[in-house]
Amino acid sequence: MLLSPAARARRRLAEMAGRGVLFAVTSVAALSVLAIIFFIARDALPFFTQVGMREFFLSTEWYPSHQPPQFGAAAIFVGTFLVTAAAVVLAVPIGLFAALCMSDILPFGLRQLLKPVIEMLAAIPSVVYGFFALTVVAPLVQDAGRWLPGDIQIDSGVNALTASLILGVMALPTIVSVSEDALQAAGRELREGSYALGATRAETLFKVVIPASISGLFSAVLLGIMRVMGETMVVWMASGNAAQIPKPWYNLLLPVRTLTATIAGDMGEADQMTGSTHYHVLFAMGLCLLLMSFACNLAGEWVVARQRKKLRGG
Amino acid sequence: MKRSVLMSVALGLSVAAAQAQDKLIVDGSTTVGPIAKAFAEVIMRQNPGVNITVSESGSGNGAKALLNGTCDVACLSRNLKDSERKAMDEKGVKPVVHVVAFDALPVIVHPSNPVKGLTIDQVRDIYTGKITNWKDVGGADQRIVVISRDTNSGTYETFKDLVLGKDNKIIASAEYTGSNGGMRQRVQMTRGAIGYAGLGFVDRTIKALEINGVMPSAETVSAKQYPLSRELYLFTNGEPAADTLAGKFLSMSRTEKGREIIEEIGFVPVPDAK
Repeated sequence: MLLSPAARARRRLAEMAGRGVLFAVTSVAALSVLAIIFFIARDALPFFTQVGMREFFLSTEWYPSHQPPQFGAAAIFVGTFLVTAAAVVLAVPIGLFAALCMSDILPFGLRQLLKPVIEMLAAIPSVVYGFFALTVVAPLVQDAGRWLPGDIQIDSGVNALTASLILGVMALPTIVSVSEDALQAAGRELREGSYALGATRAETLFKVVIPASISGLFSAVLLGIMRVMGETMVVWMASGNAAQIPKPWYNLLLPVRTLTATIAGDMGEADQMTGSTHYHVLFAMGLCLLLMSFACNLAGEWVVARQRKKLRGG
Repeated sequence: MKRSVLMSVALGLSVAAAQAQDKLIVDGSTTVGPIAKAFAEVIMRQNPGVNITVSESGSGNGAKALLNGTCDVACLSRNLKDSERKAMDEKGVKPVVHVVAFDALPVIVHPSNPVKGLTIDQVRDIYTGKITNWKDVGGADQRIVVISRDTNSGTYETFKDLVLGKDNKIIASAEYTGSNGGMRQRVQMTRGAIGYAGLGFVDRTIKALEINGVMPSAETVSAKQYPLSRELYLFTNGEPAADTLAGKFLSMSRTEKGREIIEEIGFVPVPDAK
């Protein structure tokens, strides 16, 4: 088809405008991430120049509103790690197994019923989870001491375990949904090929389907970890917020404090004096959280890339 | 022509005067803030066209605002410091104090706890970690679960001022909770718990302790017998006339409605002068 030069120019212009708009829209996402990092880092750096890394990472003395203030966040990092790890240990096996069941074991009808129910868990607001943790789970955990063997007395129902239990449940929909999609993506041909070679269903699952979708499963776990690490309301309400390293360190039955809860809990106090050290230390914590999920993300990318290479290379 | 200019100047002046009459700026303590805000709402509803702004920038900033003339009424949860009085004296500001209400801090425990009372020193030792078991203060052999309000809250500030003192730190294993309601919830269900909350939050589901032998109640607080209590103040520069907006605002705490508001927010109204 022949077009007049004017029409051709118009078409070229429209195309360029379209591309420009799309590029701008895509840039908004990338730019907002950069902007967030920039503004958080800008308010975090004064803390490190004022107080230094040493106290922040090594000391457990967290008394930001005392005179003179102390900003030792080591206990808070340990608390974050403890709560996250316990929730992940709880949620990952259950989540992966549930995904496996739904994609390959349960009948189709049941799966259609179960998936929306599990995804409903993601729709519950986190403050509702927190309220549930405080009023229902905490008393149960506290009473559980009596049923445990040995002389274990659980003094307080709000502790690392209570928070982890709830966080684990909150991470489930993410883990189930993403890993189920990954398992589905392995495809029918692969499964049928395996059956055709005489493999049983168990062999097919563990030797064919799971290895084929391992990178998807891995990113499901990482997304779950990030979901748990970033959750704020539940830990603020259910972890006890005590800035201590439990003794022994893996004792989940003691209250702990996390980075997110500290930021949420102290912000109101700190912003009365915008620019104070207490204000900047919260940004330093935010920056650490950001870097931690960044690291998770990068690790995920790396594993997925490596897996892809392996699958291609045979 | 000249006359009309004069007229308009006079008019403008009277409008300005009326504006000064119709505007009141209140600043200061976050503890007193809710009372001031509730008072302001009532007065503004009763007198349409009147504008009262209440800011909560803390007691220290309230005093500073009164000194600099940027507020008409300063809310303080403590008395003026000597340094602040001196600065005001030098600037010709004459601070006049009005007690608006009493603030009390009951120390609460689980209802099953047999301990009846503690001294302030014992409460301090529990919060700083020197006493860790209820048996050391006459209770059962049970570890003490120390619960504090978050360091954001005015309640925490009051506790720090009245119990802890300047140089003592709360033990690291202490739990922190974000609201008075959350505090009550935690103490209700934790056998070994000790906590503190506003007077309005004490009910039958928890047990308030005697402090130095005195039970916290509206009576013991207003009679100044209960030791963990303090007066909350409104300061003005000179005594305002009763018919001015500031006068109305200050006398609010003595009215029926004002006392109701104070009780509702969880403070104790000043006893009737009559």
